[in-house]
Amino acid sequence: MIEALQFEFMQHALLAGLLVSFAAGIIGSLIVVNRMVFLAGGIAHTSYGGIGLAVYLGLPIFLGASFFAVGAALLIAGLTLKKRHRMDTFIGLIWAVGMAIGVIFVDLTPGYNVDLMSYLFGSILAVSTEDLYFMGALLSLILLVVTFWYRDILAVSYDSEYAGLRGVNVRFFYTLILILSALTVVIAIKVVGLILVIAMLTIPVYIAEKLSNSLFSMMFLSGAIATLFTLTGLWFSYTYDLTSGASIIIVSAVSLGAFLLFHKGK
Amino acid sequence: MSVIDIKNVSFAYDKQMILENINLRVEEKDFLAIIGPNGGGKSTLLKLILGILKPQKGSISVLGKSPSKSLTQIGYVPQNTNVNTDFPIKVIEVVMMGHVGGKRPLFGYGKDEVLCAMGALAQVGMENFAQTKIGALSGGQRQRVMIARALCAHPQILILDEPTSSIDITGQKEIYELIKTLNESITILVVSHDISVILEYANKAAHVNKGLSYHDISDKTRTFHTHGDEEHFCEIELLQMLGSESCDTCEPESTPKWRMRK
Repeated sequence: MIEALQFEFMQHALLAGLLVSFAAGIIGSLIVVNRMVFLAGGIAHTSYGGIGLAVYLGLPIFLGASFFAVGAALLIAGLTLKKRHRMDTFIGLIWAVGMAIGVIFVDLTPGYNVDLMSYLFGSILAVSTEDLYFMGALLSLILLVVTFWYRDILAVSYDSEYAGLRGVNVRFFYTLILILSALTVVIAIKVVGLILVIAMLTIPVYIAEKLSNSLFSMMFLSGAIATLFTLTGLWFSYTYDLTSGASIIIVSAVSLGAFLLFHKGK
Repeated sequence: MSVIDIKNVSFAYDKQMILENINLRVEEKDFLAIIGPNGGGKSTLLKLILGILKPQKGSISVLGKSPSKSLTQIGYVPQNTNVNTDFPIKVIEVVMMGHVGGKRPLFGYGKDEVLCAMGALAQVGMENFAQTKIGALSGGQRQRVMIARALCAHPQILILDEPTSSIDITGQKEIYELIKTLNESITILVVSHDISVILEYANKAAHVNKGLSYHDISDKTRTFHTHGDEEHFCEIELLQMLGSESCDTCEPESTPKWRMRK
């Protein structure tokens, strides 16, 4: 593993793992406490439509995926703020339609020019410098938002009705959380792929929730746990020549199992 | 001056009429109990007073202003404080959610806000639990924290929606004793199913079931038929008096002799 560090792709992979893990830990915490896991899954799959479109038009993949994911987030926010009880139906719909659009656009693209498997299962070993800039910028944005608006985000997440009565703009913060989730999903796709992204957003968070007594500590503990899982998974992937995204998720799941056994025994 | 003044208010969800032509005046330092069957419109009435819903007909004024303008002077304790108990949040953070408007620091909470929240916790006897995770508290303790959150903004009116629905009997009594103490300086509105308990503490009662009937019950021995010298009264009598149709266990009396004082 040590000798692997001299390769640029490995340095990129480690840095990407660190940036994405922290973003996923912080945003995953917000997704879990707001009970929006299914919603994040919907956004992740919808962004495949953006990947397909970007491939078809020859645009950067991140741009297309971000565009679609944020669009899906805004659509879901608009729909669910009005009809919250129909939320699961809308998400299921957007989920499937987004995927379908992606598949159609890839069909329409002449030749076989992308490895679509890498978007389904991640390609952390192929992270470019531009990707790293994008990830770094997003993590900075997330840190900025949760630092300055911590109390509002906390109030909206814990008790949105009461927050509204105290003059917090619930609609704004709900939409903001969704947009940040969408963008986090897009960068996490690079690391673990869109099929596995939900595991990355929830497993470290689940462990951190049991160990934290505030949202703040939960977010940063989740980030640290996610980093640990990502780097361990990456080591397994490199040593035994396995798919990196799947290795990261298996490491997370086994750790979760061990944690639950140990935690229950206490 | 009345603290809350509701005049000829009607409210309907879609086409279903929930409240029809409601009139209610709440005076300063009243302890008003709002009772009535499920679906009778109690929660809707609260939401109208809080300005979450707008009436289709009639007018509501709270402290002489429209409800949404006097929000900062109303403390609200919502129903069901048992939801979201897994949420990683400390008691003090829950209480500080009660702060509204005013100056706030660039990030986190101001020193004065923390002090104010600690004061509110002390008022409900929960100051030693400030750093405890909310999920680790009992139902009664959690309800006290929610009351502290409402007190954080120094309200003139405190509105509680079913404050004891998920608390054991001793806890219930403690909550009502606490509310009674607060009533020395704050106007109280309580929605409850628990008629006999609430009426021990309230001085006014309103029965809401589409319509609203209202009664001053501050002098219990005169208002109600009493068994012996005890300050005990019958719930059914009250329901009858307030015009409830849900009481089918007793015949309406033609001459209300029992309302006379012995």
